[in-house]
Amino acid sequence: MTYLVNQVQTVPTGFRKILYVNWPLVLLLAAVACVGFLMLTSVAGGEIDRWAERQMKVFAVGTVLMLGIAMVPIWFWRSISGLGYLFALGLLILVETSGVVRMGAQRWIDLGVTVFQPSELMKITLVMALAAYYDWLPLQRTSRPLWVIPPVLLTLIPTALVLKQPDLGTAILLLAGGGLVMFCAGVSWWYFIAVIGAAVGLVFAVFASRGQDWQLIQDYQFRRIDTFLDPSSDPLGAGYNITQSKIALGSGGWTGKGFMQGTQSRLNFLPEKHTDFIFTTLAEEFGLIGGMSLLVLYGLIVFFCVLSASQNKDRFGSLLTLGIAATLFLFFAVNMSMVMGLAPVVGVPLPLVSFGGTAMLVLLAAFGLVQSAHVHRARSR
Amino acid sequence: MRRSPKETEQAAALVTRRGVILGGLQLGFMGVLGLRMRHMQVTEAENYRLLAEENRINVRLIPPSRGIIFDRHGIAIAENAQNYRVVIVREDVDDVDATIARVRQLVEIEDRDVERALREMRRRSPFVPITLADQLAWEDVAELAINAPALPGITPNVGLSRIYPLGPDFAHIVGYVGPVSERDLERLQNPNPLLQIPEFQIGKIGVETKLESQLRGAAGTKRIEVNAGGRVMRELSRDDYTAGENLQLTIDHGLQNYAQERLAKESAGCVVMDVETGDLLAMASAPSFDPNLFVRGISSKDYNALRDNEYKPLFNKTVQGVYPPGSTFKMMTALAALRKGVIGPGERVWCPGHMTVGRRRFHCWKRGGHGWMDLDDAITQSCDVYFYEASKRLADRFGIEALSELCHEFGLGERFDLPLSAIEEGLIPTTEWKRRMRDEGWLPGDTLNSSIGQGFVLTSPLQLAVMTARIASGRAVMPRLVKSINGVDVPIAEAPVMDIPSSQMNAIRKAMWNVSNGRRGTARRSRIVAEGMEMAGKTGTSQVRNITAEERARGVFRNDQLPWNRRDHGLFVAYAPYDKPKYAIALIVEHGGGGSSAAAPPSRDILAYALYGDVPPLEAYPEDQRERIKAMHEEMNIRPRLKPETKPSRA
Repeated sequence: MTYLVNQVQTVPTGFRKILYVNWPLVLLLAAVACVGFLMLTSVAGGEIDRWAERQMKVFAVGTVLMLGIAMVPIWFWRSISGLGYLFALGLLILVETSGVVRMGAQRWIDLGVTVFQPSELMKITLVMALAAYYDWLPLQRTSRPLWVIPPVLLTLIPTALVLKQPDLGTAILLLAGGGLVMFCAGVSWWYFIAVIGAAVGLVFAVFASRGQDWQLIQDYQFRRIDTFLDPSSDPLGAGYNITQSKIALGSGGWTGKGFMQGTQSRLNFLPEKHTDFIFTTLAEEFGLIGGMSLLVLYGLIVFFCVLSASQNKDRFGSLLTLGIAATLFLFFAVNMSMVMGLAPVVGVPLPLVSFGGTAMLVLLAAFGLVQSAHVHRARSR
Repeated sequence: MRRSPKETEQAAALVTRRGVILGGLQLGFMGVLGLRMRHMQVTEAENYRLLAEENRINVRLIPPSRGIIFDRHGIAIAENAQNYRVVIVREDVDDVDATIARVRQLVEIEDRDVERALREMRRRSPFVPITLADQLAWEDVAELAINAPALPGITPNVGLSRIYPLGPDFAHIVGYVGPVSERDLERLQNPNPLLQIPEFQIGKIGVETKLESQLRGAAGTKRIEVNAGGRVMRELSRDDYTAGENLQLTIDHGLQNYAQERLAKESAGCVVMDVETGDLLAMASAPSFDPNLFVRGISSKDYNALRDNEYKPLFNKTVQGVYPPGSTFKMMTALAALRKGVIGPGERVWCPGHMTVGRRRFHCWKRGGHGWMDLDDAITQSCDVYFYEASKRLADRFGIEALSELCHEFGLGERFDLPLSAIEEGLIPTTEWKRRMRDEGWLPGDTLNSSIGQGFVLTSPLQLAVMTARIASGRAVMPRLVKSINGVDVPIAEAPVMDIPSSQMNAIRKAMWNVSNGRRGTARRSRIVAEGMEMAGKTGTSQVRNITAEERARGVFRNDQLPWNRRDHGLFVAYAPYDKPKYAIALIVEHGGGGSSAAAPPSRDILAYALYGDVPPLEAYPEDQRERIKAMHEEMNIRPRLKPETKPSRA
């Protein structure tokens, strides 16, 4: 119980906790969400009730949820981390057997009133479980091979389940998220270097095997990889989305074409403009200034999280904060790289901006955990 | 498990260190994203902006409205009519087959149109309107409009299409338009993008194609914004089209209609021309066809029927048809002989019924011979031997070229520059021509054959009309078909005086008067008796083929015993009034038999119409023919003269 070792007296109690909430972080989240409302209104051609209104309601519910979670002591959350992980894992398996198929993938659970994506929940519970694990693990065992295996398994099992849905984007986020928590926990650099080295080597081996007798994968799989890596080779097929996205982004210029004046999005050249590609509309209509502003907002959120974690002596709390910040980072970094043509198209939404109820709620709940860690942080003497 | 404060401190420090490292890495990556964004939005912005504009803006052509063609009195011959269509938009239709079936209960649509529409639908985007049927009656459109609520995705629609309100009357002159074919595009070096517009029509034959550049006008353009699916969102700017120029022809619609109707049962061609101005008042070619059929796209059944008809309705007999002129040519022989002085106007030649040159005997049409003939008698009675003699003298002293030169002066063998399709030059033979084409020298027999418009000589009705007009006026009038373009009159060139002494011209004119009015004239039955309207003409009968010895043995002596397509052509040329020439006519009835019986009567009727400006009154005809003429006119399907609705506009 590291927390109790620290000064329990300094922790606020009752309604005074409200004062100790990391308010700048709340404001930053609200600011990002507002960018989202604006863009959802724009891509709906000025209709607020198309997407923006629902998103606002979800955000309001999410904010209440976040503050509620923040009020609950962090040690409670630590104690249910394992359970939460198992619950999310159970849901993932349930989705596999009786989930709802939508848009060619089996990711949703029908709750009657709404549908729910267990993989979204898993992103957070995985971070919680790993943080709790390293909180429990004595420091000197952190890099011992035997003690590296459990967190690796904790990460790989849900990743494999999500990959099977199939949802490549979320799988990558889970894998990277788990890895980053382990990195923060202090697992030796060598593990990361070895894993990255092995992955690079495998990729090289696969490509080197092309056309050889010992070809490792089938020809059609190679062709898929080709379009995956170079969408411009098929500008009207698989590459259409990314080509149009780049045109939209690039044509924005310094200041953009103005609110609701983006020709690419208004004339439907942009795909998925209210979900995965919403950033291109922002960049098209508000230009470099608009895009950079959002990037800075995200950067500040990450900064405040790192700041909060560095002030926190509680290993669980700071790991959780860093892990959730890393998850947020992975979300927007992958999404932006994708729309800018730096990464292949995988379905990853822009956090708090893209339209989507589950993602928004889960992310705000996660920041509730960050707030709880902040409010109940173990302050240095 | 309890931990020492030291370990906790250590752990916290480690996490903080790693957290800061990770934060730094994340910041670095955000920097990369920012730089990438700057690169795309600032450095490369211009390229992307261009691409976005290209995505967004389409330039569409606005087809111009085609110039209207009027007759000389401003009656529309070819105009643009509202074309009512039914259009189907697939995305608005639940069940395409069921909807089309329901439409077909209301409006008659041919199977091939439905098939074409279905094919088109599979090819195009679902929101593109596809024409299901066009050229519908207003009633059909109204029917559809009433039932519109029950037929989602079906809309009546209106466009412009060419229409020829006078039907077959002008088919050969004006021709017709049709959709642009692959062949049309291949023929053009640098095809106008306008031609790529579906349903755009261009001239195919006749005035419509020859004056295409004036009639077409210039396309306008509109810049439109389209979305990713190609759907038109709005019009950004418009640069309107320039309408085609309106043409006014020299043809008189009433005369043209009368001529077509008068010749309707024959395979015939007829040209009526103003002897002063050269205005072509009628160019009838019978039988004719309905050009509107071609605009819509003629069915192969209809087309084959037209193509296989032995009266050749698709063929323009007035300019495309060349025939031996027969005796209508004799004025040329006479004038050439007179001009060169090889025969005097009063000089007499003995006609024994034949003339022997070398070992061949050339017959006169009158086996028994005409006896003593002077110029006037020879033309009036169409004595062949007189012209054999005259041409022999001419060729002996001056060569056959003396005749052919004169023919060209009178327009024979000349290709007149009229906006009509397939104008034939005909043939006026010369020694040089024969050597070149046949590798043979000119023979005395060739001279004799030529002198009576047989042998190699070929002329078109247009050329014969020009010849007659030049005889009548004494001036080298040029035929013309276009009276004004966009309201601006086409100037008439001053016609030079013919190089023939007027006494000689008058002798010919007098003889032609005798043909139509003289006691022994070959066309006396087809005269106009009204005072001041008298005709001067000349009949002609041109042999298609000699009656063979075998046929003679079978007992075939007369023309009407032969199969139709081997009978003689009947020709007639004339002008009127004799004392104050106004109009000239040339007419041929293919395989119609003799000129006096087949060609002279309709020529007289048509010329009389031209003189009176309407169906001629019965007083114009000889008394004994009036009953028959009256019955004939009642039987004919003559369209009453039309009044122009509006003046030809300057558009």
